[in-house]
Amino acid sequence: MVTIDSGLKDLRAARPRRIRLSKGYRVFQVVNGIVLTAVVVLTLYPFINIVARSFSEEAYIIAGKVNLVPRGFDLRAYRLVLNDELFWTSYRNTVVYTFVSTLIAITLTTCFAYVLAKKHLKGRNALIGIAVFTLVFQPGLIPNYVLVTSLGLKNTIWAVALPNAINVFNLLVMKTFFENLPVELEEAAAVDGLNTYGILLRIVLPLSKAVIATMVLFYAVTFWNSWFGAFLYMDRLDLFPVTVYLRNLLAGATGADFMGSAPGDVVQSAATIQAVTIVLTVVPILAVYPFVQRFFVTGVLLGAVKG
Amino acid sequence: MSTPRTIDLVVIPEGPRPAGPNRDRPAPPRPRTWRRALRRDWQLYSLAILPLLFFAIFRYLPMLGNVIAFRRFVPGGNIFGERWVGLRYIRLFLSDPAFWDVFTNTLLIGVLTLVFTFPLPVVLALLLNEVRTRYLKRFVQSVSYLPHFLSIVIVAAMLFQLLSIDGVINQMVRFVGGDSIPFLQRSDWFRTVYVSSEVWQTVGWGTILYLAALTTIDTDLYEAAAIDGANRWRQTWHVTLPGIRPTMVTLLILNLGTFMTVGFEKILLIYNPLTYPTGDVIATYLYRVGIVSGSFSYAAAIGLFEALIALTLVVSANAISRRAVGTSIW
Repeated sequence: MVTIDSGLKDLRAARPRRIRLSKGYRVFQVVNGIVLTAVVVLTLYPFINIVARSFSEEAYIIAGKVNLVPRGFDLRAYRLVLNDELFWTSYRNTVVYTFVSTLIAITLTTCFAYVLAKKHLKGRNALIGIAVFTLVFQPGLIPNYVLVTSLGLKNTIWAVALPNAINVFNLLVMKTFFENLPVELEEAAAVDGLNTYGILLRIVLPLSKAVIATMVLFYAVTFWNSWFGAFLYMDRLDLFPVTVYLRNLLAGATGADFMGSAPGDVVQSAATIQAVTIVLTVVPILAVYPFVQRFFVTGVLLGAVKG
Repeated sequence: MSTPRTIDLVVIPEGPRPAGPNRDRPAPPRPRTWRRALRRDWQLYSLAILPLLFFAIFRYLPMLGNVIAFRRFVPGGNIFGERWVGLRYIRLFLSDPAFWDVFTNTLLIGVLTLVFTFPLPVVLALLLNEVRTRYLKRFVQSVSYLPHFLSIVIVAAMLFQLLSIDGVINQMVRFVGGDSIPFLQRSDWFRTVYVSSEVWQTVGWGTILYLAALTTIDTDLYEAAAIDGANRWRQTWHVTLPGIRPTMVTLLILNLGTFMTVGFEKILLIYNPLTYPTGDVIATYLYRVGIVSGSFSYAAAIGLFEALIALTLVVSANAISRRAVGTSIW
């Protein structure tokens, strides 16, 4: 067994070598290395620059001297932002909105995907059609705004949580996953006297942990990053998520005035304050990114099989 | 909408079934009447109630709400408007020069975005595919996916920092002897700024599907091509690119679907009155007209027009590609 395995390994290892490496190809490999290094550098450069700015003294920034290393190491901006009660309120709002929205979204998506995965169900095609049609023809911004306003959802968490409760792409991914679960298990559970709810809760969900985790991540990142819903439907400072808090800082910095009413707009923010706020908003994403990235890739590929 | 009777009577597997454990076993027959279906599957149907309510309220109701494009609407009144005014609002925006300005801007930004963000992921995927060291490939992939996970507000904030007079880009401009440029205040720079930041955000993440498609290409094809005397370039041209063509076509059609809305949220964050001449697009214009100034019907008419163009683009691109290359998304 061992010999066969190692033999296979040798074969695989030998494979690239069997292709004759021409001189042109070796030149290409070098160029390729340079291009990919450039991609990495260009992607990371902005992050490093902003971290450097956040730790620098305002005078050095204004003089245009901060590049990759902090100049005149200074933590005052951090102290200022971290002592700002509004910043923490916004952060807490983001956490609450993300949690509640994700909970609602994953519940609705799972229930509907499970129903749509049942091939024998009468009216199944119509139900799928109802969901998929909303991908092709999307209701516009104005009717949505009018609806949410007239439902009285303004300045409530529901204005951000409900209108995006089901993402049809995610729904289709879950549906495909449920369709491929072995039916025998569910049939056996039915014979043992479990009803549909019992089967879903005790048999199907425990088998779907991976896909549910992926979907939770998809939703959570979307809600965490979203700003426009809150910007549109909320007009009290203490209700804004941290993304809108940051937007208001930017609007103050440019002097642009989109929504004259938002009081955050008048704040003339210093460059360091902006940099610090960016860093503090990005940190949670960067902290979980290495662990969740592969789930996202799997999720995208799962969706592509169907899509 | 009920399914045709013939399907209820005989169990016909509906088209190619996905590979999986239930492949070999016939599905239980579909019940013939709704009464029997409801009696047997009422618990399943009950699970669909809340999701259906969601679609009805937050998708189909606003879809119908688009009728305010043809009706007079009073804020706080009926969401479907008060009385018919016919094509008044349509005529109003069609004769509005400001609308045609933003229409042109939208087309330009849309085309430029497509021209750069569509092919670059293919190129990057092909380059990544040539990396022989697994560890290095992983690293480049992980780094290049990162911008995809950032909030658009963060991206905008980074742009403000990098492009400010004291930012790194202007440091480089001064280093090569130029004068500082207030990039975000200059309308002639807006498209460049927008498209390049769009590339930064999407190029890495866009490679995922291509990289997956590349692994499905049969290696025998490369060997056969090599035996026929094809060098690496010709192998790429004649084997690799045809191999990922279905993926490319599908993504192109999907891209066309969002062509008209462009990166609405990002533009809203980075534009300002100085950059309106090139940066203002249909979506931002209708936002200002509708929500900031309160002309809901007028803005809804524009939105409807925009949605119809998007729909036409996707449907026709799909039809063309089905005929031309045999790939379609439905």
